[in-house]
Amino acid sequence: MEEIIQHLTPLLKEISGYIYPNEIELHWSLLVVIYPYLTGLVAGAFILASLVKVFNVEALRPVYRIALLTALAFMLVAPLSLLAHLGHPDRSFEIFLTPNVTSAMAMFGFVYLWYLMAVLFLEIWFDYRRDFIKWGQEGKGLKKWFYKFLSLFSKDVSPKALAFDDKAERVITILGIPSAFLLHGYVGFIFGSVKANPFWSSVLMPIVFLFSAIVSGIALVLLIYMIITPFRYKQIDEKCLDTLASFLFYAMIIDFSLEILDFIHRIYESEESIHILSQLVAGKLFFSLIIVQLIIGMIIPLATIAAVKAFNTPAELKRLLYFLSALLVQVGIFFTRWNVVIGGQLFSKSFRGLTAYKMTFLGIEGLLMSIGMLVLPFLILYVLFKLLPPWKDAPPAAEIPAEAT
Amino acid sequence: MKLPWRNFPEQIRRLIVVWSFLIILPFFIRSLLIPADFGKYGHFRASAVEEAIAKEMKYAGHAICYDCHDEEVESKMVGVHKNVNCEVCHGPAAAHVEDDEIKPRAPRERDSCPLCHEYLSSRPTGFPQIISDSHEPMKACISCHDPHNPRGKEMAKECGGCHAEIASTKSLSKHVNIPCEKCHETPELHKLQPRLHLPGKPSKREFCGGCHDVEADSDIAIPRVELATHEEAYVCWQCHYPHLPEAE
Amino acid sequence: MKTKAKNMKRRKFVQKMLLSLTALSMPVVLTAKEKLKQLQKWILGKDYNPFDHYWGMGIDINKCIGCGRCAAACKEENDVPQAPFFFRTWVERYRIFHDGEVRVDSPNGAVDGFEKQNIEKGKVTIRSFFVPKICNHCDNPPCVQVCPVGATFKTPDGVILVDKDYCIGCRYCVQACPYGARFINPISKTADKCTFCYHRVVQGLVPACVEMCPTQARVFGEIKKKASPLVRFMRHHKIGVLKPALNTEPKVYYANLDMEVN
Repeated sequence: MEEIIQHLTPLLKEISGYIYPNEIELHWSLLVVIYPYLTGLVAGAFILASLVKVFNVEALRPVYRIALLTALAFMLVAPLSLLAHLGHPDRSFEIFLTPNVTSAMAMFGFVYLWYLMAVLFLEIWFDYRRDFIKWGQEGKGLKKWFYKFLSLFSKDVSPKALAFDDKAERVITILGIPSAFLLHGYVGFIFGSVKANPFWSSVLMPIVFLFSAIVSGIALVLLIYMIITPFRYKQIDEKCLDTLASFLFYAMIIDFSLEILDFIHRIYESEESIHILSQLVAGKLFFSLIIVQLIIGMIIPLATIAAVKAFNTPAELKRLLYFLSALLVQVGIFFTRWNVVIGGQLFSKSFRGLTAYKMTFLGIEGLLMSIGMLVLPFLILYVLFKLLPPWKDAPPAAEIPAEAT
Repeated sequence: MKLPWRNFPEQIRRLIVVWSFLIILPFFIRSLLIPADFGKYGHFRASAVEEAIAKEMKYAGHAICYDCHDEEVESKMVGVHKNVNCEVCHGPAAAHVEDDEIKPRAPRERDSCPLCHEYLSSRPTGFPQIISDSHEPMKACISCHDPHNPRGKEMAKECGGCHAEIASTKSLSKHVNIPCEKCHETPELHKLQPRLHLPGKPSKREFCGGCHDVEADSDIAIPRVELATHEEAYVCWQCHYPHLPEAE
Repeated sequence: MKTKAKNMKRRKFVQKMLLSLTALSMPVVLTAKEKLKQLQKWILGKDYNPFDHYWGMGIDINKCIGCGRCAAACKEENDVPQAPFFFRTWVERYRIFHDGEVRVDSPNGAVDGFEKQNIEKGKVTIRSFFVPKICNHCDNPPCVQVCPVGATFKTPDGVILVDKDYCIGCRYCVQACPYGARFINPISKTADKCTFCYHRVVQGLVPACVEMCPTQARVFGEIKKKASPLVRFMRHHKIGVLKPALNTEPKVYYANLDMEVN
């Protein structure tokens, strides 16, 4: 009680114009920025993986498993940020007990579970089953039983069974694409369906979220691939990298067009809220929206990748530029989420004034916690890479004697 | 129907076992955890409503005051404060109803009444207002006004006693020295029953013309118009606010 | 031929599956409806059946004197924290100037009333008035729609309540309310809002803000009965509601509402 009063009192001075008296407290803070950012990475990474399985983009095969494990690592952390921001995390299970069918947020539990259990786990399981069996046979002690358990004590590695694995994976991926769309589209819907908030309320919101998710996912996998490959003393596959950059470019073009469409649409329709929203964008959001999200996070990397593709760039420079572009894209997408979540709460629903957001450093809603939330997926990913090495450097099929047949 | 269990690939059979377990178990746990009265009358816990009404009241409501305090009620019921409920001034009194020893507050200082009666330009016209800095600043309100029945006559010696907004507007205007009665014919009973006996208003252009027409026999400094040709479609007050006329 | 027969068989199977699934869920739907009919009786308190009532509030802006007794009484009656960030009801002052500027303020939600504010020289006020605000107890409440767990709900008599022992504190309802009527209670860490003083209403009393209004600017009553203070109010005034374009169907009706109010 005292704590919140101490936090809110200085904010009274930051208000310009009139806001409803209950609006001084900004309700969705940094943790809720992290949540859509993380799920976006999940959806994006998975859609990248599906390019290999469904659309047979062979050039991307080196990053297929990396993308899957990245999706899994980020998926495991995403709900933590939501959980931490609840007033009563201890009651969060109620969302499964008595979900309100009209609530976009209640669907979270089911979309999340479906995606995690029916898509990610299964896809990874089918893809790794053969390796689990192999590692279970080769391993010793605890490790042996760990892999045996992971394979659910499955033994069948006959060509028929392996072909079935492949087919199953394909089916799951085909199911997985709409599921990934659902996962992030619904996050967009959580914001886009709030009619009380004209900054959020837009039918384009889910689709803008989706494409920015794809952008961020591809950029993340590109970064991870470029960082870990040298650590394994391996050569970066140029073709794979080029293809990644191309897909990143296409996704960014769509994302950019959608955002500009949204922008023009709002200005052209010029509804009641346009005055306060222009005040917001020209003032408190100018740096994070125009400078960071639009220029640094979108236009510069777009131009860079376009330039790399258009001119004959030396391989070293190309790699550096790809890396920097992907990094800028990450920053840009993070601020896209920031601008939606925080920006959407900086103006009063009376359309007569602006409030302020003061980030804390410590505490559950603080900066430290959020940094932790962003680092944690990488730690999980490290463990996953150790436990389930995603590299298929040697063709594994030949190593396993076809004993079952 | 017999499932062709054996025909399924080995990995599917294993997954089905694990999955059926993973699906059935949460359903079972769920059935244990849902509150018993959830969904009885809608998608909520019915007992939440019972809990909401169990809340203790602080304000007893005026009806119960009227049961005991006959004298005050009698004088209040005939005056302008008849609809101002007791607890507005005396504060929450539910505890007093339960236990006579607990006395509700009885404000006697000057700071209570101005909450309603201090002049604010946003208050509705006609609501009695004062400017407390200049209104008997050293006296408590109740030394002149009976709060249970503030009498109109004592209150409204001047029109500005009630019509403070108009009075303050007028005080800035060229019309400051014109008494209200010159334009508004006011029945004496208006002070007692303001809504029943309304004052009059000038309805003819000629009334203003009495001073402002070029022909009029009035002070030389008064601005003049050709009444016959000046915007003859309108009555004067439709464009000029007589309490603060703003002609250029 | 053979494959066709097989296909037919499969189709039959799918049809049967679908039918049996619907048949399984149908009884639930049917009995739920039956149950609802039987449950049109629910005795709360001494003798209060919420199915027999439907509540709303009328606010006459012309009568509001901005004393803020409603806001102060609400905090007292409902144990709302006194800090100036949490309000179940508040009063706004509007001042509209000749140059088109609109100034709105609500210092501490008007719990301590309003003070005179000097206006710069040369600025001319053309309209000025007070507007009490409260949860609109919408008939189509966006807050209830978005609550993920069913912790906020509409009672049969049309009041929107929050179950503070069930609310998970996700704050989605606060975001969804277009009127800023909700806040997070700093003690319980759950959503909080006006209850129309439900604990008073079931006892036949009016909400504390209505009881405390010295000028009868607030009227509380039945919406659906032929005669009630609210029905009379709605017959005698032209009525407006806040943000009608959002189709929330508020049950707080304003008389003499100005276009600048939102």
